[in-house]
Amino acid sequence: MTTMTGPTPVTGSVGTAHTRVEGREKVTGAARYAGDIPYAELAHGWLVLSTIARGRIRSVEADPVLAMPGVLAVLHHGNAPRVNADYTGLLGRPDPTVAVFQHDRVPFAGWPVALVVAETSEQAREAADALVVRYDEEPHDVAFFAGHPGSYTPENGRAQPETSKGDIEAELAASAVVVDAEYTTPQEHHSALEPHAAMARWDSGRLEVVDSNQGSTWVAEELAKLFSLDPSSVRVRSEHVGGAFGSKGVRPHQVLAVMATTVLHRPVRVVLTRRQLFSLVGYRSPTAQRVRLGADADGRLRALDHEALSLTSKVYEFLEPSAAVGRVMYDADAHHTVNRVVALDVPTPTWMRAPGAAPGSFALECALDELAEKCGMDPIALRARNEPNAGPVSGAPFSSRNVLACFQEGARRFGWADRDPRPGLRREGRWLLGTGTAAATHPSGVAPSTASVTAECDGTFTVRITAADIGTGARTALTLIAAEALEVEPERVRVRIADSDFGPAMVAGGSMGTRSWAWAVTSAVRELRERLVPGGGIPPEGITARSNTTEAVGALPMLERHSFGAQFAEVAVDETTGEVRVRRMLGIFAAGRIVNPLTARSQLVGGMIWGLSMALHEEAVRDQASGALVGADLAGYHFAANADVPLVEADWVDDPDEEDPVGGIKGIGEVSIVGAAAAIANAVWHATGVRHRHLPIRPDRVLLAGAATA
Amino acid sequence: MREFGYQRVFDVPGAVALGADPEARYLGGGTNLVDLMKASVERPALLIDVRELPLDRIESTDDGGLHIGATVTNSDLAAHPEVRRRYPALAQAVLAGASGQLRNMATVGGNLLQRTRCAYFTDPARPCNKRNPGSGCAAVKGEHRNHAILGATEHCVAVHPSDMSVALAAFDARVTYETATGPGELPLTEFYLPVGDTPHLETALPPGALITGITLPPAPVAATSRYRKVRERASYAFAIGSVAAALDVQEGAVREVRLAFGAVASRPWRARAAERALTGAPATAEAFAAAADAELAAAKALPHNGYKVTLIRNLVVAVLTELTEEAAR
Ligand SMILES: Cc1cc2nc3c(=O)[nH]c(=O)nc-3n(C[C@H](O)[C@H](O)[C@H](O)COP(=O)(O)OP(=O)(O)OC[C@H]3O[C@@H](n4cnc5c(N)ncnc54)[C@H](O)[C@@H]3O)c2cc1C
Ligand code: SF4
Repeated sequence: MTTMTGPTPVTGSVGTAHTRVEGREKVTGAARYAGDIPYAELAHGWLVLSTIARGRIRSVEADPVLAMPGVLAVLHHGNAPRVNADYTGLLGRPDPTVAVFQHDRVPFAGWPVALVVAETSEQAREAADALVVRYDEEPHDVAFFAGHPGSYTPENGRAQPETSKGDIEAELAASAVVVDAEYTTPQEHHSALEPHAAMARWDSGRLEVVDSNQGSTWVAEELAKLFSLDPSSVRVRSEHVGGAFGSKGVRPHQVLAVMATTVLHRPVRVVLTRRQLFSLVGYRSPTAQRVRLGADADGRLRALDHEALSLTSKVYEFLEPSAAVGRVMYDADAHHTVNRVVALDVPTPTWMRAPGAAPGSFALECALDELAEKCGMDPIALRARNEPNAGPVSGAPFSSRNVLACFQEGARRFGWADRDPRPGLRREGRWLLGTGTAAATHPSGVAPSTASVTAECDGTFTVRITAADIGTGARTALTLIAAEALEVEPERVRVRIADSDFGPAMVAGGSMGTRSWAWAVTSAVRELRERLVPGGGIPPEGITARSNTTEAVGALPMLERHSFGAQFAEVAVDETTGEVRVRRMLGIFAAGRIVNPLTARSQLVGGMIWGLSMALHEEAVRDQASGALVGADLAGYHFAANADVPLVEADWVDDPDEEDPVGGIKGIGEVSIVGAAAAIANAVWHATGVRHRHLPIRPDRVLLAGAATA
Repeated sequence: MREFGYQRVFDVPGAVALGADPEARYLGGGTNLVDLMKASVERPALLIDVRELPLDRIESTDDGGLHIGATVTNSDLAAHPEVRRRYPALAQAVLAGASGQLRNMATVGGNLLQRTRCAYFTDPARPCNKRNPGSGCAAVKGEHRNHAILGATEHCVAVHPSDMSVALAAFDARVTYETATGPGELPLTEFYLPVGDTPHLETALPPGALITGITLPPAPVAATSRYRKVRERASYAFAIGSVAAALDVQEGAVREVRLAFGAVASRPWRARAAERALTGAPATAEAFAAAADAELAAAKALPHNGYKVTLIRNLVVAVLTELTEEAAR
C-alpha cells in the first residue's frame, strides 16, 4: 500500500497550452489506426457498390469470383445474415443504409451490393473488380433545385423544422428597406483523411470490433441491436481516429465486418475506399435558401424570413437545418424560419461540421451584408442594432452572449475602422481588394455521460470514459480537466477513452463532447476526492469512483447556450481570370472557458479554413444521367490547398458563465466554420461590387459575373 | 487491380524489346499510370520501369537548342539553368503543375503521355469513348465545365491535362522515340492526334515506342516568354485555361510571337491563327485581343464551358501585355 499525500498545488492544467498527450505516438507513426493493426488469420473484405441509381439487383454472379485466388466468400442480399434495423437508437432510427444486403432493391448509386472477402486486401479488391452484378434499372430522380415539387416540411420531431411569429408579409410591406435573395450551397463532403475501417472478430463469445468512430458505446449499442445481441457481449474500441466531422457513426463497414466474421469464423477487416466514402458515410446536403429581410431605415429588423431546402435519400429522412441560425442570431417583429426537404434517389446526407449553421449562416450573414449596404450602414453596426437580449424564438435568456465583444475586438485587430464601405474601389495590380465580415454561432449542448476515475497506488490517476478523440485533442483536454479537478500535475493523470466497456458517454459530435465528458469526469473526481482521506492508504487495485450525469443534465435550467464569433476576411479578386484569393482571415470567438489554448486554436483555425474551402472550392457534382457523382475522389473534389490558405488567426474574448455547473466550458468544434464563407463572399462583393450568392465562388462564376457588369 | 509483373530496364534496346508486348506499359514516375491502375482504367500485365535508363540528362544541341531526356524529372527540368534562361515559360509551366512531391517523381515522357482528367474517363462504370470505344461520351451532356472548346468532336470533348506540353508546343519541340525497328521523331504539334471519331487513339507514336526525349530547337524569342495558368485553387489543380507566350517586340511592333493554349483541347493548342494575326501588328492590348479572337473564332463551347473563351482571351491580353512591358525594361 502506498500512502496518499495531500494535493500539491498545480499549475499548467486547464487554460494552459498543452501539446497532445499522444502527439509523439502520432508523429512517429507508433499510433495505430483501425486499418493498421495486424491480427492472426485476418481476412479482408472489399465492398462492391451499385453503379445504378435506382432499380433491383437481378443477379450477383459470385461463382467465377469465388474461384479466384484467395477469395473466401462473396456476401450479398441472397446469402448475408439477417439483421434487425427496426429499433430506435441513441440518435433515432438507423439509416437503412447500414442494414446491408437485406433485399434486392437499389435506392441510390453507390449502395452496397456485395462484399468480397479474401486472404489479402489485394485479392479481395481484384475479385471485387471482377464481380459482375446485373440490375433491372428504373428511372431515377436526382435533380435538386429550389421549388422541387417533392419538397415538404418534415413533421416536428427532435428538430423543429418551422418556427413562426408575427406577420412577415405585413412587416415586409411596412419596411423601408427590403432584401429578398436566393442563395445556394452545393453538396459537400467530409471525407476524413483516415477512411472508415473496422475489424470484427468473435472472442470467447464476445463480439470485438476495432473501429474508427465518434462514439464507441453508440456503435456497440447499435451493433447489438442490429445483430440481436446482448449489449454486454459487444465491445467496440476506437483508440485513434483520423478525422470524422460527423461521418463516423454506425456505417456499413462495421456491419459488414461483423457479418463476415460471423460467417467465416475468423477476424475480418473492412476498409472503405476514398470513393466509397462519397456515397456511404453521409455528406452535407446541397441547399437552396431564400432570405427575406425587412428593416426600418435605421436597420432595425421588422421581418426575418429564412426558408431552406435540403435533400435526403428515399430510405431515410435527414434534415439539414439551415434556417435555424436566425432563431439564435437576430430578432424581428415578424420572424419565420423553415427547413424543408426533398427525397431523391441519392445517398443519405448526414451531420457535417456545423450542420445547418454552416450553409445557413452563408445565406443569412450575406443577406445581412446586403441589408447593411441598402441601409447605408456599417455591417457591424447593423448587427449591433439587432442584438437580441433573449432567444428570438425561445424567449429564454442567453447563458452568455458575447458576439458584440467579438466584433469589437475583431474590428480593432483587423483594422475595420479604416474601411471605405463602397465596393470596387481598391486595386493592386490585377487584383481588386475587399474586406468582409459575418457573425458566427453554434449551439453548446450537453448530454449524459458516465466516467470513472481511479486513484492508483503509485500516486497516479486513471480516468476511463468512452469519449472519442477524433483528432481534436479531446484526450489532452480531458487530461487537463481531470488534473485540475484532482489538483495534480497533468503528468500524473492517464486518460483512457474510446472503449465501450467503459460505459455510455456522449459521442464526439454536436460540439458537445468536451462539455459532456468534462462534467462526467469532474463529477467522478469530486466523488473520488470525498473517498480519499489525506494520509489514508490506497489498495493495489486502487480506489475507483464513478459518475453518471444523467440527472444533473436533466436538471440544467433551460437557457440559450451557444458559442459565438465574428469572422473577418480580406480577399483579392482578378476579374479577368475569375481567380479569388483570400489574403487574411481573423476569427474572434466567445466560446466559454478555453480548456487547452493550443488545440482550441487549431480547432478554430481549422474550421475557418474549412469555411474558406466552402466559400471557394468545395462542390460535389452529380451526373444527372447516371445519378452518380462525377469525380468522387480528392482529385475531383477540390478543397483548399496550402497555397489557398493565407494568414488565418483565431482568438477569443472572455465569455464567463459563473452559474454553469461545468465551469463555463462550451463547444468549440463547429462555431468557427460558421460565417466564414459569408465573410469571404461579403469581401468579394466589397472588392468587385458583385454579389455571389452561389457557392463555391468559382473562377467561371466570377469571370462571367465580371464580364456581365463590365 | 490486376496482378502485374515489374521489370527494371537499364538500356534502351532492352526496354523496347519488352515494350513490344501489348500488355506491357512503361513506368516513369508512375504518378498517373499507377492511379489509373488502381481505378482499373489501365490493367497492364507488365510494368517496365524506365527510370534507370540513361535518358536523364539535359544537354545543349549543336545548333543551340536543348535536348531533354525522357526520364528527366519534372523538378530537374524546371530547375535547369539553361531551361530557365532560354525557355522560361517551360520552367514556369512545369512548376505550375501538380506538387513538389509529384514533380520529383514525374518524368518528361510520362508527362507527355498522361491521360485526361475527365472524370468519366477514370470511372469504369460510366460510358466513355476514350476508355471504351463506342460506349458514348458522358461528358457532352453531363459535367464538362473543364472540357474542350477547340478541336473537339461529339465523340470526345476531353482536354489534355499537361502544362509542360503547352510550353513545348509553343517552342516547336520534337519528340524523339525508339522502337524495335529503330528511332523516330515527331513534332509535338503532330504528336497528339486529332480527336475525330477515335478519341482512344491519342498519339502518333508507333505501338511499343519508348519516348527517349524532347528536342527544343533554338528560339531566341523564347527568352522573353511566360506561362500563366488559371485553376480552381491556387495550387495542386489542373488548368481550366492556360497560355504559354513568347514575344519579340521591335519599335512597338510584334516581330515574332509564339502562343499556345492549355486546357482548351485534346492536345496543347498552338495558336497559329493568332500568331499570324499578330506578326507585324502593333504591340497593343487591342491587337492582342484581336489576335486571340482570330484563334477563338473556331471555338465551340458546350453549355457549361463557354467561360473559357473569355478566359483565354483575357489571358492572352494579360500575358502579352506583361511580356511587352518586360521587353521594354
Ligand atoms: C494529384 C495530381 C495533380 C497533378 N497536377 C498536374 C498539373 O497541374 N499539371 C500537369 O501538367 N500535371 C499534373 N499532374 C500530372 C503529372 O504531371 C503526371 O502524372 C506526370 O507528369 C506523369 O509522369 P510520370 O513519369 O509519373 O508518368 P507515369 O505515370 O509513369 O506514366 C504515364 C504514361 O506515360 C507512359 N510512359 C512513361 N514514360 C514513358 C516513356 N519514356 N516512353 C513511353 N511511354 C512512357 C506510361 O506507360 C503511362 O502510360 C498531376 C498529377 C497528380 C497525381
Ligand atoms: S470527354 Fe472523352 S474522356 Fe470524357 S467521357 Fe467523353 S469520351 Fe470519355
